Amino acid sequence: MSKVSDIKLKTKQIVKKHKGDKSALIAVLQDIQEAFNYLPKEALIAVGDAMGIPASRVYEVATFYNAFSLNPRGEHIVKICVGTACHVRGASAILDKFERTLLIKPGETNQDQKFSLELVNCVGACALGPVVVIDTEYHGQMTMAKVDKIIGKLKEGAQ
Amino acid sequence: MIKMNNTEALRQVQDDLKSQYDPKKKLVTICAGTGCRGYGCIKVKEELEAEIKKQNMDVEVRATGCFGFCEKGPLVIIHPEKIFYQQVKIKDVPDIISKTVAQGDVLEKLLYRDPQTNETIMKEEDVPFYKKQNRLVFGQNGMIDPTRIEDYLIIGGYSALAKALSGMTPEGVISEVKKAGLRGRGGGGFLAGIKWEGSRRAHGEPKYVIGNGDEGDPGAYMDRSLMEGNPHSVIEGMIIGAYAIGASEGYIYVRNEYPLAVIHLTMAIESAREAGLLGRNILGTDFSFDIKISKGGGAFVCGESSALFASIEGRAGEPRAKYVHAVEKGLWDKPTVLNNVETWANVPLIISKGADWYASIGTENSKGTKIFSLVGKINNTGLIEVPMGMTLREIIYGMGGGIPKGRKFKAVQTGGPSGGCIPESLLDLQVDFDRLYEVGSMMGSGGMIVMDDRSCMVDVAKYFLAFLQEESCGKCVPCREGVRRMREILEDICAGKGEEGDVELLEHISTGVADGSLCALGGSAPNPVLSTIKYFREEYDAHIRDHRCPAGVCKALITYSIDPGKCTGCGLCIKVCPTQAVSGEKKKAHAINNDLCTRCGACIESCKFDAINVK
Ligand SMILES: Cc1cc2nc3c(=O)[nH]c(=O)nc-3n(C[C@H](O)[C@H](O)[C@H](O)COP(=O)(O)O)c2cc1C
Ligand code: SF4
Ligand code: SF4
Ligand code: SF4
Ligand code: FES
Ligand code: FES
Repeated sequence: MSKVSDIKLKTKQIVKKHKGDKSALIAVLQDIQEAFNYLPKEALIAVGDAMGIPASRVYEVATFYNAFSLNPRGEHIVKICVGTACHVRGASAILDKFERTLLIKPGETNQDQKFSLELVNCVGACALGPVVVIDTEYHGQMTMAKVDKIIGKLKEGAQ
Repeated sequence: MIKMNNTEALRQVQDDLKSQYDPKKKLVTICAGTGCRGYGCIKVKEELEAEIKKQNMDVEVRATGCFGFCEKGPLVIIHPEKIFYQQVKIKDVPDIISKTVAQGDVLEKLLYRDPQTNETIMKEEDVPFYKKQNRLVFGQNGMIDPTRIEDYLIIGGYSALAKALSGMTPEGVISEVKKAGLRGRGGGGFLAGIKWEGSRRAHGEPKYVIGNGDEGDPGAYMDRSLMEGNPHSVIEGMIIGAYAIGASEGYIYVRNEYPLAVIHLTMAIESAREAGLLGRNILGTDFSFDIKISKGGGAFVCGESSALFASIEGRAGEPRAKYVHAVEKGLWDKPTVLNNVETWANVPLIISKGADWYASIGTENSKGTKIFSLVGKINNTGLIEVPMGMTLREIIYGMGGGIPKGRKFKAVQTGGPSGGCIPESLLDLQVDFDRLYEVGSMMGSGGMIVMDDRSCMVDVAKYFLAFLQEESCGKCVPCREGVRRMREILEDICAGKGEEGDVELLEHISTGVADGSLCALGGSAPNPVLSTIKYFREEYDAHIRDHRCPAGVCKALITYSIDPGKCTGCGLCIKVCPTQAVSGEKKKAHAINNDLCTRCGACIESCKFDAINVK
């Protein structure tokens, strides 16, 4: 995990890139999340200070939007599409299978910080449904049998 | 790209590009839309390029946006013959290059085979999926590389803008759009021209135009494919709109989950600016206008106009009351026109070909075409563009090829979470804004989710209510509490704990939620429930009275069993069962212990003999 001083420095650079423009708050938070994979508390405080926005408002925005995470996320982010097209093609059985395999619920990260499980509503690849996006890779026509294979591979790769 | 200082320069550039273009030259186009990327089309494209190099040929491989027929990706078309190859794999590439591209020989096995006639079809336009489409907005997707403005210019791109700037007054543009009868493609179907006129008349500087690319309806992805595949068409429409309204600044609000759309839009905006089509003094006139991109934060409610403005302003996206309309006080309280990105992409067509031509397509009060995403339990999943007024039957059976695995059609859900489920008895409905509304659904952004007899209508209603509860911003009580309460009732029904009178209670709460909510999220939240009650009441009753889920979906009401006549005792299901619920001797019929079974469905997926039943 990054040191507090690093977080503050990086945050300042990001705010500067957006020229401190207050309407860019969401874009700033998106950049911070991209840099750290989540929104560290220190970064949120630093954003408020640097942009002249009360910390309460930064927190409001950070918690309003689904895309932001206030907790550190795992090395691999598993996003299960639960959009309507995937739902009618059995996404909930796939979700259950991931929950059983990773032993976590959506929104959680497993103990060794390898995997986070998240839900999304339609990733725009409904033809491949049910779809799971892991990091940036799309896995279409998911089956429960494929879940074991994919997770197995990622675990191997991580070792 | 050189900067063009007048409309004559634009024509010159277009002519130069056209004169360099040889329509007889070999060209390979490959869909690089999100769906086909999921099938690995990028590797196929790289392989095509490598093979061409290896064989020392001079052939362009062009990665384009979505062709629409995502079901059969990766898709490749060989020009000029326009040979349409589907489900292309890396191993097919050498033959494609050495046989088809080099010698014009058609590879039969890569052609689309019509399941009805069992005959192969060579050209895209003859495939039943495409045959009856009218791809005015979406058709160019398959021809242009969205990262190159030249590809858009060569097909006449930005000519509509030139026509508006050089020969039409802003009022003239507005009256043309009004006459065309263009209605918004993002949900409500409001007349675009009326909105524009209101904003033109409103006082306040600067004025804004915004493209809504939030595409929150799950199961709809036409906006994504348009922004990814033909970003300039959206941008050109917005520039024309800005000219008509007198706006100097614009935004495109794009959903967070659409990174490729953001990249392509950003590149398109930059190249348009370089070419003098955006920025100060567009095409040398005194009209100046520029566009920025604003990335959403993944909240469904931010597709709603006032919430979207709040989000662009950097705040939490909560809707506000609309005592004053957005055309007068929108973004930063300035006059603002918000239109869906597909709406914007229709504008250049109207200006180029005229309102009369446009109004000749479609139905009496719904003009032009609409892109639909045909998804769910349907054979040909993909994006289709059809004239307004096409029947659901033609769409689902003609283009969609019907329901997979010989199952029975049950319903089609349109309009996203604000829409409803339409039953089989209404399949001859002519799809347009008003007809869909009349049957208790909506056009929404154009999602059509097809469901078969294995989809439970109570579960679908529960699904949408759970979605809406999650996405409600919580500002007003009827939406926040009412939607939650409705979801709880539906959950009870699905869990076998429903009671007589629950359906009536749902209807009663619906009235309160619809009437008492501030924005349309709450206002239309009851639709999925009311439409399923209206058309599938017997399914609610089966859950409540008989504790039965006829579709075999609701876990608390179903049991798994093995058909001893079909079971071969292969033991596969034992391996996958997470709870050791299956037992049996090898090569003898197995059985499921219902006390241990969690209805996870893993055994069904594993069984190759169709021996497991759900009831
Ligand atoms: C909860 C909610 C979500 C919406 N989401 C979208 C959306 O994702 N895309 C969109 O274009 N319009 C959406 N709308 C409709 C917009 O508020 C607005 O009517 C539309 O963008 C106007 O453009 P149009 O007239 O071209 O359709 C949504 C409305 C509501 C109430
Ligand atoms: S209706 Fe729902 S989403 Fe809309 S403002 Fe009220 S609480 Fe928010
Ligand atoms: S549904 Fe799941 S738990 Fe039940 S028998 Fe099949 S595999 Fe086992
Ligand atoms: S997988 Fe099917 S055939 Fe094999 S033992 Fe199980 S039920 Fe019988
Ligand atoms: S619903 Fe899953 S990709 Fe569209
Ligand atoms: S993404 Fe390739 S056809 Fe739709």
